[in-house]
Order: sequence, then structure tokens, then C-alpha cells
Amino acid sequence: MTVDYTLKAEGFNLFYGEFHALKNLNLSIKRNTVTALIGPSGCGKSTLLRSFNRMNDLIPGVKTEGAIFFDGEDITKETVNLVRLRQKIGMVFQRPNPFPLSIRDNITFGPRVMGEKKSDVLDEIVEDSLKRVGLWEVLKEDLNRNALALSDEQQQRLCIARLLAVKPEIVLMDEPCSALDPIATLRIEELMLELKRRYTVVVVTHNMQQAARVSDETGLMYLGELVEFDKTKKIFTSPSQKITEDYVTGKFG
Amino acid sequence: MSAADIKRKEKLIQRIFLVVAFSSLFSLFLIALFIFVEGLPMIWKVGLKDFLLSTRWSPTKGHFGIFAMIVSSFWVTIGALLFGGPLGLMCSIFLVEFSSARMRAVIKPALELLAGIPSVVYGFLGVVYLVPLVRDYLGGPGLSLLTSCIILGIMILPTVISISVDSLVAVPDSYREAAFSLGATRWQTTHMVTLHAAKSGIITALVLGMGRAVGETMAVIMIAGNALKIPLSPLDPIRTLTSNIALEMGYASGLHRQALFATGIVLFFFVMALNMIATLFARRKVLK
Repeated sequence: MTVDYTLKAEGFNLFYGEFHALKNLNLSIKRNTVTALIGPSGCGKSTLLRSFNRMNDLIPGVKTEGAIFFDGEDITKETVNLVRLRQKIGMVFQRPNPFPLSIRDNITFGPRVMGEKKSDVLDEIVEDSLKRVGLWEVLKEDLNRNALALSDEQQQRLCIARLLAVKPEIVLMDEPCSALDPIATLRIEELMLELKRRYTVVVVTHNMQQAARVSDETGLMYLGELVEFDKTKKIFTSPSQKITEDYVTGKFG
Repeated sequence: MSAADIKRKEKLIQRIFLVVAFSSLFSLFLIALFIFVEGLPMIWKVGLKDFLLSTRWSPTKGHFGIFAMIVSSFWVTIGALLFGGPLGLMCSIFLVEFSSARMRAVIKPALELLAGIPSVVYGFLGVVYLVPLVRDYLGGPGLSLLTSCIILGIMILPTVISISVDSLVAVPDSYREAAFSLGATRWQTTHMVTLHAAKSGIITALVLGMGRAVGETMAVIMIAGNALKIPLSPLDPIRTLTSNIALEMGYASGLHRQALFATGIVLFFFVMALNMIATLFARRKVLK
């Protein structure tokens, strides 16, 4: 049986100046799944996530070796069109970060960046994106309100909607619930499960229960290495590595 | 020392600092008081309308209309903003969004040095280089509204740049990250997000720059031509409110002297209003 992989890291290394932050990573992420990356603080899981859409480029002194393939193309090369890459591989951040603009302008930002000007097309995108994150019914009367006036959960949903508006293939989430209360967290998790039907989701989390609840596959990272990568069920019930077992049972981390 | 002594000493020191701090406020109060005491009786006598809205200024014949100077001051301020505003804003955008930290460390202090150049030097350079240039290429006497606007535009740069740089730096990086992650280029990020987020700070910078332009005297006296009429073209010479006070204070007496103080009152309100607008915008949060 052939498996459809969308992202594939091969011998990937990343250095912050002298510091070797990611060490020889090999992993493959299946299309239309939720993959969780877990591990203690500073293990490199966020750095790996940010390597998938080259957000680490914003930090001076970052160098990489090896390759990450996205639909067959090595995205670590100098020549990669970052604008296009980031439209295909979008990101949701730890703290909700809507722009200080209206709800509508937040969602249309991506399409406008790509040059879409027709207001009827943009209207459609706004409605469609908000529907997908379950905000349309609540906000359809308030599209001109400033996005910063929304609750934290609504802001995070809006950020996801803003991302969906550029029609990505992969949604990267960097601890998307860490600023939210438990109830909002559950609802965002439901949204993740909803999203995987159309997108591929990679989520970094320090919340192991969250990884267990939402992901199909889980990778455990420790000190820059990928210790184990397998079906989530296996990672949490019969891990093959001692470190994994210790981590998921709460002995450290 | 007993505990009571320590407490008493502490109180005393607090009082001393309080008095010193209030003395600066007190001097502001005194200045305002003197200008008003000297100027208001004259406005009373001549009438507010004849003072503000008449263009006839001939103190020896008893005419004290400052309308032409108000118009001149207005235009020179707007003009300075037209030159210095875009230049300063673009410079700030370059410094914050496009330059490396090392470059910023060199350029920003250098630009702040502009503020340290005495205004008479600006005026001198204007007279020697800019005035002939304007006269030869654009016509007119060269000493003109346009020349003043250009020089003042340069003089307000340090104010405009340092405040707008601060407000751009204050925009959280999470906005830029979000924009980049949606595929925006640096320029798209800047004009679609960062400038919006820094809007109130940038307006403050421009308004304070205007305040500086209204108040500038020495450089303007040297390059504006000081003719007493409403300028009809940018190449006409002008006399601003501040130049008028500086030019005539030396020999004015009686009602004439009071009229100059009254001009000061007008300036006082002008600058006060600008500063108040600036403070309002500075206080306004990102949220509407």
C-alpha cells in the first residue's frame, strides 16, 4: 500500500550560530492527518515546525543542512519562493495574533497580498473562512469590528480563518491553545479534527493529553533529536524507547 | 538616628524635590502670565477682529493686523510637513523595517545629531546655497515660502524620525510574523499592517514636527524674505508670526510692543493646540 506523504525531512539539521538545535531529523508527515510534536521545553519542536515554512529565516544566524521535501521539492534551498511556500504551508501561533484591523480586513489580508481586489470575491472568502472555523453565525453582523475586541478563543479562531483564506495545504500550529482556557482548548481541538479532512495539520504541544486526543501520529523530540515517531496510540501505550515512556508517563518534562 | 528622625528627613527630601519639580511648572505659568498681561490689553483696545483678520500692519500709524503673518505661518508649517513628513516617515520605515541592526545603530544617532545643529546654521546654509538655487531656477527673489519650507522640512526631521521610529519599534513582532506567515512581503507587511498599528504614534510625530516648524524663528528670518503680505505663490517672500516678533522687538514700544506680545499669545494657542492634538493621538490606543 502506498502512503501519501506531503512533508518529508531527510537528514535535517539546524544551527543557531554555533548551537546545534536540530540533529539529523528524518520524518514523514501523511496527508490529511494530524501530527503532534511533543517534548520538553527547548527540545526543538517549535524550531522544527518553523522550518517547514522557513519562519526561522527571520532569525539572523540560522543555518540548515539536509533537506525537507514538500510535494517533492526541497524547500530548504535558497531559491525557494518563500511567499508561495508560506501560502501553501500556513501557521497558527502560540498567542492569537490578529492584526489591529477589522475582522474582515484580517481575513482578506492573505488574498489581498496575493493581489485579489474584487470585493465580491473577498466577501465570499470571508464568509467561507469564517464558516470553517465556526465564527460566521456569531460575527457576520460585526465584520467591521476591530479584531482585537474579540475573546482569546475567537481571536485564535479568526487567526485560523485568516490562514484558511489563503487556501493552504498544510496548517502548522505552534501550541495554539496555550493561551486559552480548557473549554476553549477543547473547542479548538475539535476544530483541528475538522480541519484534517481538507488539510494536513502539524501541531506542536506541550500538553500530552492534547496530543493523545487529536493526533494520528506523534513524534517525541528531546534535545534536538527525534526520539520516536509513530502512531499516537503506540507512542502512548507501548513506546519502544525508554525516554518516550518516561516522558509520556510524566517522569520528566 | 531614631525612626522618627529618618521619617522626618525622608519627608523633607520629598518636599525639596516637590518644590524643584513644581518650579518648572511655575515658570511655564509665569511665561503665560506675562505674555497675557502684556498682550491682552492691546487686543482689547484694537479689537480681536482688527488684530487677527486685518492684513494691515503698520505700527507707526496704529495698524496692528497680523492676518498675513498667520497665513504665512500656516503655509510654512504645512509646507515643512510636506517636505519633512514623507522624508522622515520613509526614513523611519527604512530604519525599522529594512535596515540591519548595525546600520540602524549608525544612522539613528547621526540623524539625531541634526537636532543639535543651531538653527542659525540652517538659515546660513539656506541663504548661501538654497536661496540662489531657487532664484536662478524657479524665479522670484529666492527668499521665499518655498525655501523656508525646504529648510524647515529638514529641521523637523529629527523630531519626526525619532518619534515615528519609536512607534514602529513598539509594534509587536507577532504582527509581522503573522503577516510573513501569510506570504506577505516586507513592504506589504509594512504598509498593510505595521503602519496601521503605529498610526497614532506617527500622527503624533507629524504634529510635533509641525509644532517645531511653527516655532522656528532664526532660520526663517534669514531665508523667508520677511515681506509683509499674504503669499500668493510658493516663490513669494513671507513673514511669519515668530519672525515678526524677533524682527521688531528691538525697537518696539508702547502699543507696538504690546502687539508683539499679543502675537505671542496667538503663537501660544497655535502650539498649545498642536501639542494637545499630539497628546490626544499619543494616548489613543491601537484600538478604535
